[in-house]
Amino acid sequence: MKLSELTSKIEGKVITGHSLLENEVEYAFASDLMSDVLTVDKEDILLITGLNNLQTIRTAEMAEIRFIIFARNKKVNCDIKELAEENNIAVIECPWSVFKTSGVIYQLGIKPLF
Amino acid sequence: MHLKYKIQGGNFSKAGFASSEVKKILRQLSIEPKTIKRLVVALYEGEVNIVAHAYNGLITVDIDTEKVTVTLKDNGPGIPDIDKAMEQGYSTASAAVREMGFGAGMGLPNMKKNTDEMTIKSVVNEGTEVIFINYI
Repeated sequence: MKLSELTSKIEGKVITGHSLLENEVEYAFASDLMSDVLTVDKEDILLITGLNNLQTIRTAEMAEIRFIIFARNKKVNCDIKELAEENNIAVIECPWSVFKTSGVIYQLGIKPLF
Repeated sequence: MHLKYKIQGGNFSKAGFASSEVKKILRQLSIEPKTIKRLVVALYEGEVNIVAHAYNGLITVDIDTEKVTVTLKDNGPGIPDIDKAMEQGYSTASAAVREMGFGAGMGLPNMKKNTDEMTIKSVVNEGTEVIFINYI
């Protein structure tokens, strides 16, 4: 599914990475623990998290994650936005809980990693 | 090629800067993406460890035609029991570190997983030195 379609289905707001909206999303992973995210072997996945700080973007940069949804209505500050733009990472804000966001995305056919 | 980065303990806004710089250089050298990912994940875990636990530290990266050697040396409390620190789930991290999404006792094991060779030396109340090698 295209990132643009997925974003509209979760009532998301695109903050950065507008050029990535036509990219296909196949796999997703949800965690607030960045150490967990760093153990993921697959690249170009979607990360769903409620942890909105710079280390989330740094983790995505190192783990080759290109799409992030900040759930729980977490807002992205200027520093996070700037770092995400620098690394060409799409950041989307979502008003829903991680549980609901993940559930809806799973129903849309996005695959879990395990 | 020899690279050097000073790391400030406790400064989470800068954590990952060195790893990011190294990643950019490795990309410019056209090293295989999977190899780069393993190396920078290990490096980033190590960099976060210095920020999380030490007063200050120094990261040096030596790149030659067949391998990358990374040394992470810090001035800090040291690790009293390295075997225990290598166990998944064991951590002495503060609440502030956990709020940043780390401190779950996964860093050192994940570094080990993403490196070809890794050694840790530590002296309590002095500091820790982690050296790892990844073949490219």
